[in-house]
Amino acid sequence: MLKTSSFEENLRAVVGPQNLRAASMGDVVSGVFPQFVAEPDDEHQLAAALSLANDAGIAVIPRGGATKLDWGNPPRKADLILSTARLNRIVEHAWADLTVTVEAGCTLQRLQETLAQHGQRLAFDTLWPEHATIGGVLSTNDSGTLRLRFGALRDLIIGVTIALPDGTLASSGGKVVKNVAGYDLPKLVTGALGTLGVITRAVFRLHPLPRSAKTFSFTAETFQAMQQHILAIQDSQLAHTSLQVRCAAGELPAADILFEATDVGLVAQESHLRDLLDSTQVEQSPESFWNARQNLWNLPINTALLAKISLLPTDIAKTLESLNSIGESRKVNWQIALQATGIGMLRLEADPILLSEAVEQLRRELQSRGGALVVLRRPPELHPFDTWGDVGDSVSLMREVKHQLDPKSTLNPGRFVGGI
Amino acid sequence: MNAMEKRFLDELRTVVGASGLISSPEELHTYECDGLTNFRVMPQAVLLPSNTGQVQAIVRVCHRERIPFVARGSGTGLSGGALPVENGIVISLARMNRILEVDLPNARVVVEPGVINLDVTGRVQPHQYFYAPDPSSQSVCSIGGNVAENSGGAHCLKYGFTTTHVLGLEVVLPDGSLVHLGGKSLDMPGYDLMGVFVGSEGTLGIATKVTLRIVKRPECIRTLLAAFDGTNEAGAAVSDIIAAGMLPAAIEMMDNLAIQAAEAAVHPNYPDCGGLLLVELDGPVAEVEALMRDVDEICRKNGAWEVRLAKSDTERMLVWKGRKAAFAAMGRISPNYIVQDGVIPRTALPRVMSEIARLSEETGIRVANVFHAGDGNLHPLVLYDRRVAGQEQAAEALSYRILELCLEAGGSITGEHGVGEEKKRMMSKMFAEPDLDTMQRVRCAFDPLHLSNPTKVFPTPRLCGEKPGEYVAHPLEAAGIAERY
Repeated sequence: MLKTSSFEENLRAVVGPQNLRAASMGDVVSGVFPQFVAEPDDEHQLAAALSLANDAGIAVIPRGGATKLDWGNPPRKADLILSTARLNRIVEHAWADLTVTVEAGCTLQRLQETLAQHGQRLAFDTLWPEHATIGGVLSTNDSGTLRLRFGALRDLIIGVTIALPDGTLASSGGKVVKNVAGYDLPKLVTGALGTLGVITRAVFRLHPLPRSAKTFSFTAETFQAMQQHILAIQDSQLAHTSLQVRCAAGELPAADILFEATDVGLVAQESHLRDLLDSTQVEQSPESFWNARQNLWNLPINTALLAKISLLPTDIAKTLESLNSIGESRKVNWQIALQATGIGMLRLEADPILLSEAVEQLRRELQSRGGALVVLRRPPELHPFDTWGDVGDSVSLMREVKHQLDPKSTLNPGRFVGGI
Repeated sequence: MNAMEKRFLDELRTVVGASGLISSPEELHTYECDGLTNFRVMPQAVLLPSNTGQVQAIVRVCHRERIPFVARGSGTGLSGGALPVENGIVISLARMNRILEVDLPNARVVVEPGVINLDVTGRVQPHQYFYAPDPSSQSVCSIGGNVAENSGGAHCLKYGFTTTHVLGLEVVLPDGSLVHLGGKSLDMPGYDLMGVFVGSEGTLGIATKVTLRIVKRPECIRTLLAAFDGTNEAGAAVSDIIAAGMLPAAIEMMDNLAIQAAEAAVHPNYPDCGGLLLVELDGPVAEVEALMRDVDEICRKNGAWEVRLAKSDTERMLVWKGRKAAFAAMGRISPNYIVQDGVIPRTALPRVMSEIARLSEETGIRVANVFHAGDGNLHPLVLYDRRVAGQEQAAEALSYRILELCLEAGGSITGEHGVGEEKKRMMSKMFAEPDLDTMQRVRCAFDPLHLSNPTKVFPTPRLCGEKPGEYVAHPLEAAGIAERY
């Protein structure tokens, strides 16, 4: 048991007694049971709380909507959950400048609803938008279907404020889209899994909501044929917003394409698509097809492993073939939603030993072609598994950066690459 | 030159060969400044490596001898990023200018840092691809320089900046070791150190290979020119275009002084007006034509008294020629000029422009205005004559005051030229101490000895803590410029 009585008193004094409670079963992080949950009112309280914890040698787990809290390795230690639940304001929607400043605890749904009032959006479709928060999607670098046209979160974020373990509140970037003053720390914390600092607010560039939108779908007889269609679309002058491939064990691959344009523009795009795909049957589909990657999580989850994979578009067919072959040889049930950017959400189910071998084999193959496989969710029976895979030759540099900003490893210890 | 330095130069000569080392004062003069010619420092030597191994070997020597170094591409930068450092060397990447790999199906190109920006487009153009970041200097500036500055250009409103188009980097760190940041596919596990490196102005190491994203040419490009009585009216049209839910590929604005200069230099035949707007849309034909009709209507509604649509490539090239030649064209109407690079929220345009006009009148210093109206990136061209006593100082003071105006409006001191040497003094006005300190902590992870372009970007260097072994005062510390804490 931690000797926390003075720490607890100090923390209570900083965040207020109403914002501090003992942890319960619902606060477990990857099987590790923390002691406290603090919900500071604002970023200064959050920074102060973090600093207290750092001084006391307390391990801190930042938490937003807890939708992705188990991503990454299990923490070596987890004492305090530092929640951004109360940091949920939309600070400023400068709609005429196409920017928004928002606190880290605001959900994506609430943000998008507010932005829509001026016909704008953050051009990013997240998993679980009703619960996922800005801080969480940034820290995990969630990647959606709109990325093909609008870029990743790293391309949409223009400013950030983070609380460092020593209590510093540091801002980088700014409120204007075009800004090269100083280092691009917003990019550093995107995907850093909260291991360098706690994001307290972010500034994003926005895009107009589309005037109209339509989704079309088509299938292919073989993986090679599907890859050829995808590459042909990518090489064309179609101005599509999204393009994804859906496939599962024993099924033919299907693809969906999203166009966002004026009505007259949509007519022209559809005609161009049909010409490009020639004799392939093209049908209009509902918008719900774009929930494919989230749907992989909605199926009964207990025995499933979910992973984010990265590959080159020219390896789509090879990857589907690998999945097929691994699926057959190791009796693995698989399902995938793969974007034309090369980022995919993969779901695997099998007997734990075979599952483990399957994932390792698939990861080896992807890595040999310059890709990656990151495990997001593993079934409880699967023995501890390397979440991240090969990180390359910059891992020492990453450890140095960590050491500079969080020398005592207060934040999410052990959860990131290279034991960070 | 003392014996120690000679030994050091001899060692470097064996790395790059005699033709790869410049040490004569006459030849070194070429490298004493970049595009910011008001600041000049003679380097001790200039090295021209031909490959990554040579870059590493040079940097290892620098690391061992504690010699600061400055990487240089084409030397076209406008903030003094490639300005040599006292007692340091320049490492020119000009000879590393090969395009190494073109992977069209994956829309990737791998290049050495000395490759010229426009040459990347040149290579992939036959297949209807282009490299999107298009700074006005793109026919001469290098990819390595673009990476250092996170260069933009007129089309970054729609297409983003260099950092959006860099997929991977091979980097020589300031201790001579080699790392690979980013990778072949997207979202490699780990910190986005590639994202930190782009735009770090050569202070974190030297990029020796760059993997770039290329983009398919849109089906059509249409450029519209609209003439307004003033920049306020033109600015209102821009706001309405944005409010209508359109995202043009580029929106540029020029005031009358800038138009006069451009006309004198390259004769684009612009309408003689108070505020000229250039709006470019690209994409599928049907879409672009529909939206262009909306843009035309919005311009006229805001008082445009002449609207021209450039349809052919030739017409389009001429329209852009005037805008892209604007800086150089200043030479036609003024012996000297300072170009600034501040950014403001677009909605602040009328009050900032009016304040610039007031300051110009008050000081008697003319200011021509050219800017990326879509993203609020101003390029005020402060015109003066060096031969007139006091004018240079007045022009400098005015240019810094304009940057202050940008900060007061909630903007930035630099949208694309970088901080370099020129705008270091403004960093403390844009960022608070904890912000700068945090950035410098990240720098310490890459370059604890402060050897890589050490005097740039940050007004006060932050030393990185002691290393085990004998204590040696850092040159900046010994000179009383920085403190260890």
